[in-house]
Amino acid sequence: MATEAQGEEAGGLVFHPMDQFIVEPFFGEGAVAWYTITNATFWMALAVLTTFALLVLGTSRRSIIPTRMQSVAELAYGFVYKMVEDICGKEGVKYFPYIMTLFMFIVTANFLGLIPTAFSPTSHFAVTVVLALAVFLTVTVLGFVKNGTAFLGLFWVASAPLALRPVLAIIELISYFVRPVSHSIRLAGNIMAGHAVIKVFAGFAAIAVISPASIVAITAMYGLEVLVAFIQAYVFTILACVYLKDALHPGH
Amino acid sequence: MATETNSAGLTDAAAGVDHAASAPGMPQLDFSTWGNQIFWLVLALLATYFILSRVALPRIGAVLAERQGTITNDIAAAEDLKARAIEAEAAYDKALIDARAEAQLIVTKARADIQGDLDAAIAMADAEIAAKSAESEKAIADIRASAMENVKEVAKDTAQEIVAVLGGTADAGTVETAVTARMKG
Repeated sequence: MATEAQGEEAGGLVFHPMDQFIVEPFFGEGAVAWYTITNATFWMALAVLTTFALLVLGTSRRSIIPTRMQSVAELAYGFVYKMVEDICGKEGVKYFPYIMTLFMFIVTANFLGLIPTAFSPTSHFAVTVVLALAVFLTVTVLGFVKNGTAFLGLFWVASAPLALRPVLAIIELISYFVRPVSHSIRLAGNIMAGHAVIKVFAGFAAIAVISPASIVAITAMYGLEVLVAFIQAYVFTILACVYLKDALHPGH
Repeated sequence: MATETNSAGLTDAAAGVDHAASAPGMPQLDFSTWGNQIFWLVLALLATYFILSRVALPRIGAVLAERQGTITNDIAAAEDLKARAIEAEAAYDKALIDARAEAQLIVTKARADIQGDLDAAIAMADAEIAAKSAESEKAIADIRASAMENVKEVAKDTAQEIVAVLGGTADAGTVETAVTARMKG
């Protein structure tokens, strides 16, 4: 509302593509303390509830011949389970609930964020950095606990010529520590960019001549964002699996 | 960027919210909200993890395993039924072959029986015919013998009569001997 008023006041095109990402208290107004229930809290809670509805309420009948909801739940289960099993092997299946938690949270948050006027928790670096760091720290700790110092073999490419190995070790080390950065920025960046672009196109809709093209563009972008919502959740999950595989089986 | 920053500041001002840190224009970089988001994110992730690991995943896993089991059982049952069908077909074929062989046997036996009866009947008829013809032959022989005897009698009598007519006295014994001798010759 405030945005529109601003636009009219300025008497021209005013874009506020980033306003949709502002974290503000869900009830009333005021400062955002760590415990405040904010719009981010609300949409995260909705993501949890959606996960619950899909995976628990949807399968409550435990039918041999599944209902539609149960089919989707089973599909999600099979999708992530197969991913974990294919990439990490049999030992990785133990960590399937963690991977599934990541996937379900990201995919539901992404899709809920596509509802008009919704808020996407996954468009915030605060969220994706925590998710990526959780994966990074788990994988690093797990790698040392499982393999001891042999985990450092990940950085020492034994198949390369001896002279090249120190150089490769530095490169590997850098790439290892860049992982959580790219892992988190990829997800938040994709979601944020998509939502911002839609908002920019929506801003153009204020001009009567351009508005049809703008609406077509919004529709097209929205379709793309539906894909991105799933693909980014998939990419985040599959990368988590790949990193987990490094912890379970270091070496190339 | 400058416009954006400016307008964001204005918006916040209009909303009556003091967001000093949102000045850079990217709410993502407003670190004052990070603590809030991280706190609720950790809570959300824990909730999701407990929902998944305690209820959802074991249940879905069980349903999938049960379905796999049912399918395996059904396939096994279907294979069993198929094997039984093949067995039944084999039994049917065997029964058919047996029945055919038996029918053949019965036909052969019946033919042999009929042939035997026929042979016996023919033999009996032959024997009867033989007996009848032998009897007839005997009768003919008797008749022939009696006819010869009669002829002999007639000849003797005739000879005696002829002798008597010629005026001789005919000794019966002589005449008989003579006639017998002549007839032999």
